[in-house]
Amino acid sequence: MLVSTKWLNEYVNIKGIKPEDLAERITRSGIEVDSIIDRSHGMTNVVVGYVKECVKHPEADKLNICQVDVGEETTQIICGAPNVAQGQKVIVARPGAVLPGGMKIKKAKLRGEESNGMICSLQELGIEGKLVAKAYAEGIYVLPQDTIPGENALPLLGLDDTVLEFDLTPNRSDALSMLGVAYEVGAILSQGIALPKIEYKESEEKAEDVLKLRVDATTDNPMYVAKVVKNIKVAESPLWLQNYLMAAGVRPHNNVVDITNYVLMEYGQPLHAFDYDRLETGEIVVRHAEEGEMITTLDDVERKLNQHNLVITNGSEPVAIAGVMGGANSEVHDGTTTVVIESAYFAPSSVRRTSKEVGLRSDASTRFEKGVDPNRVQEAAERAAQLMAELAGGEVLSGSVTFDELDKTAERITISPDYINNRLGMKISMDDMLAILERLRIPTEAVNGQLVIDAPTRRQDLKIKEDIIEEIARMYGYDEIPKTLPVSESTPGGLTPYQAKRRIVRQYLEGAGLYQAITYSLTSKEHAQEYALETAPVTQLLMPMSEDRSTLRQSLIPHLLEATTYNVARRIDSVALYETGSVFLGEEEDGLPREVEHVAAVLTGKWVDHAWQGETKKVDFFVAKGIVEGMMERLGLAEGLSFEKASITGMHPGRTANILLKGERIGLIGQIHPTEQKKRDLKETYVMELNLEHILSVDTEELLYSPVPRFPSISRDIALVVESETSAGILETIIRQAGGKLLKDVKLFDLYEGENVENGKKSLAFSLTYFDPERTLTDEEVVKAHEKVLKALTVEADAQLRG
Amino acid sequence: MEQQLQLLKEEALKKIQDASTVKELNDVRVAYLGKKGPITDLLKGMGKLPAEERPKMGALVNVVREAVTESLETRMTLLEEEAINVQLEKEAIDVTLPGRPIQTGNHHPLTRVVEEIEDFFISMGYEIAEGPEVEKDYYNFEALNLPKGHPARDMQDSFYISEEVLLRTHTSPVQARTMEAKGGEAIKIICPGKVYRRDNDDATHSHQFTQIEGLVVGENIKMSDLKGTLDLFAKKMFGAEREIRLRPSFFPFTEPSVEMDISCFKCGGDGCNVCKKTGWIEILGAGMVHPNVLRMAGYDPSAVTGFAFGMGPERIAMLKYGVEDIRHFYTNDIRFISQFHRSEA
Repeated sequence: MLVSTKWLNEYVNIKGIKPEDLAERITRSGIEVDSIIDRSHGMTNVVVGYVKECVKHPEADKLNICQVDVGEETTQIICGAPNVAQGQKVIVARPGAVLPGGMKIKKAKLRGEESNGMICSLQELGIEGKLVAKAYAEGIYVLPQDTIPGENALPLLGLDDTVLEFDLTPNRSDALSMLGVAYEVGAILSQGIALPKIEYKESEEKAEDVLKLRVDATTDNPMYVAKVVKNIKVAESPLWLQNYLMAAGVRPHNNVVDITNYVLMEYGQPLHAFDYDRLETGEIVVRHAEEGEMITTLDDVERKLNQHNLVITNGSEPVAIAGVMGGANSEVHDGTTTVVIESAYFAPSSVRRTSKEVGLRSDASTRFEKGVDPNRVQEAAERAAQLMAELAGGEVLSGSVTFDELDKTAERITISPDYINNRLGMKISMDDMLAILERLRIPTEAVNGQLVIDAPTRRQDLKIKEDIIEEIARMYGYDEIPKTLPVSESTPGGLTPYQAKRRIVRQYLEGAGLYQAITYSLTSKEHAQEYALETAPVTQLLMPMSEDRSTLRQSLIPHLLEATTYNVARRIDSVALYETGSVFLGEEEDGLPREVEHVAAVLTGKWVDHAWQGETKKVDFFVAKGIVEGMMERLGLAEGLSFEKASITGMHPGRTANILLKGERIGLIGQIHPTEQKKRDLKETYVMELNLEHILSVDTEELLYSPVPRFPSISRDIALVVESETSAGILETIIRQAGGKLLKDVKLFDLYEGENVENGKKSLAFSLTYFDPERTLTDEEVVKAHEKVLKALTVEADAQLRG
Repeated sequence: MEQQLQLLKEEALKKIQDASTVKELNDVRVAYLGKKGPITDLLKGMGKLPAEERPKMGALVNVVREAVTESLETRMTLLEEEAINVQLEKEAIDVTLPGRPIQTGNHHPLTRVVEEIEDFFISMGYEIAEGPEVEKDYYNFEALNLPKGHPARDMQDSFYISEEVLLRTHTSPVQARTMEAKGGEAIKIICPGKVYRRDNDDATHSHQFTQIEGLVVGENIKMSDLKGTLDLFAKKMFGAEREIRLRPSFFPFTEPSVEMDISCFKCGGDGCNVCKKTGWIEILGAGMVHPNVLRMAGYDPSAVTGFAFGMGPERIAMLKYGVEDIRHFYTNDIRFISQFHRSEA
């Protein structure tokens, strides 16, 4: 909503208040003023000129040499506008003027002819082209003949004005009108407001004698008022009216249309003017459209309607889409003499639906959608009739043609001052509350210590007690509310064990060298199931904005890989990222997919990079595995953790494993398949993804201290040769099982394949630690245990012991 | 004999001085003071002397021996020191060479902001509540006083999965779910999470973003409690000198509704480019829980009241760290994320 302060001043006295101060006070009490627009743009030296003479420039086809009376002198100005002509009153920017675009007007010579200024278009004075009346859109602006050469042109054009741009919240549709703004500003400034006086002469002839009205759709159109004005002379509106409209962001057309728009802006009640003769039938019927019925609207677009759309018809065919836009067939034109003014209440839901369906939003539809004031429907029609009589020479037929089933009663709200104060934490007196409501012109009575309020219908947002609390608070001032803290039983607060452990996981992974990523949950259908730990149906959007963001992910890996490609493409060769986030699986009974929180990571490039001391190491499977092991150890889950070789689509067949916890699969780890790597412009890249929810929900044993060893442990090393396929994991399991309870630790310290080892075999070396917490072990005990281990290895793994 | 002793002493002292390494000096020690050295020989030869001369000669030999020993020790200390110095010089390193890096990662800046907010409210006795990102229309809208047909819940603005299911457009459904679950009990929660809206991604919009909301419900919860809570929060998050101001606003789920501004942390309120010359920066929306919302969750609005507030960690991070484009949070450029490595007290 654009509010001209000049226009506003007609209803409430704001002279002497700086626009910035006014804007601040309005903002602080409820309506955000987004910007303050100085329509003068600081212009000076812009005056009225009279074109005494206008001849073609001898050297230039498109230029005219004009002798212009600018008051103190007659001066020569070259003008290139096609519509300049002798006898016009025009706007002249004199030398020294600076126009809004930054153009400085200087004396100049154009093709040898002197030019002392510029004859201006409205656009050159900073008015948007779409707001300039069509007649002047392509050339200079022509002023009325009664203007005086040399007079300052800015006040004439209403440019000595400041406009406040309101950013209205949806509840404050009352401020979509100048009167609504006047009520608000009047309340803020504690001032009275002057409402328009509606007085005009009616003719003998009655409106209902020339116009019949029938409303078939009474729910969507509970009130319809039509007035008839005869003997209209369609012409340009007076300058002040055009100026106000342009300040409000409305393009002037002609006096009839401008008056309907003016009243729309003034009262917030959209009006429509029909050419009575073009209606042809002398009848108006409001009904729902037939399926497929067509109408050509004022913007010359043919539109197809459906049976939800409310239309105004002449009894046979639509002449307007109710509350949205008029039809071209009944449009007021230069030759119109009789006008039907329509003022109606159209149901918000109906207008909202139709406006959306036909893809048209107008000043009218936005107001109907929010609900106009039922008590202004009639008054707005009267106001328009008055202005048509005053400004277009019209003769208003007596009375209105009316259909009215609209409820216009005010909402009654009863509330006690204590209730208000308790909710606000304040101590405002009843008198102060009454004074605030009085300022807001909300009729209130004090009855038995209660405030009995009849919420005015212009304030559709006042329905319940809390709405009144807000009115009192915002007018009293939110700055006056004290600062307190909730008084309640004190609660410990804190993270749930799950949330706390999730933070531990993040800290661990970051400590291990990974950066946290946050990627999108939406992906393409094609990639949604890649690397998913579970097979489940995908969850898709009904109306995606693009195919790339159409489906919810089932794995975090694809987007982490995308982020890796992004980084690598920017020459960051080493990437280590992790993410915690939900994946979305299938559809549960209640229609929601199962959301499971996962943790995933991606690693590529160098892991250790300390080249000058000769330490660099590329990321490999075991780096990734070590991170998982460390994480599980930190969570107290090292015990049940195991890895088994796996074959997973998109992964390297020889370098991929399932991650198991107590035998249950909780994740995957491995290298991306080289083909996939190539597709994504990546080198050797490792990923892992685990079901975080599973991991964090496992109960862990309580942490208990075990005594620091008092007796020495004894180490024995074993070197074995086994078949290449025999996994280290199996050997370790055999050793641990055979070693019994004296065997405390097993560590692989060497792995060798190649020279000196038979083809198809490999050599491994383990270091075994034996220990008894109660005493020093004897050699015999260790030898006994160790021999058992050696035997088991020979029998179960066909291992040969080496030297 | 005396003369012989004197000669011996001078000869020994000279050799001591001539020794240039610890080893040479040790050779001198062995040569003169060792069991086979001349001084020992002299002492052994004492027996041949007349008895009355023995004490005198004994004393004399001892004096010489002490003099040689002392000189030897002095020289030894010096040579050892020299040897150490040579060794140290050899061991010298270029201390300006780079250290071995301890490679660690860090939180995404949004997590950093979210955890900071969480931790503040935890210290005030709040719990963290979470809920599903794919949500029922009921919890996302209806339970929050946004009935079907409400203009603020346009299909165009939300990612619907079906008529009744959508990607949550705010974290408020967690509030509705928590209230429903608590069945009338007092509540103090913070709800962080991802939310989704049907926006084209640009410098200020993202179809996926983060929200963090708070809800307090109980007997006698007042608007002044909201103001006091937000004031403490603003000071903790943006500096002890911050002032807050509330402006009336509108949200369907609160009444009255406010927006909170903080005095600009860059210019202190004088006006600059961060606060767009106003001295104030809009940080969050808040209000008193709408009675319809309480009622729908099974609370009696005449007996209990509540306040709620919500903010965008992206906006806070952008303001706090001067990030100009929201898309930085979702491209996961390591050169961006790693800038948030530093810890702040």
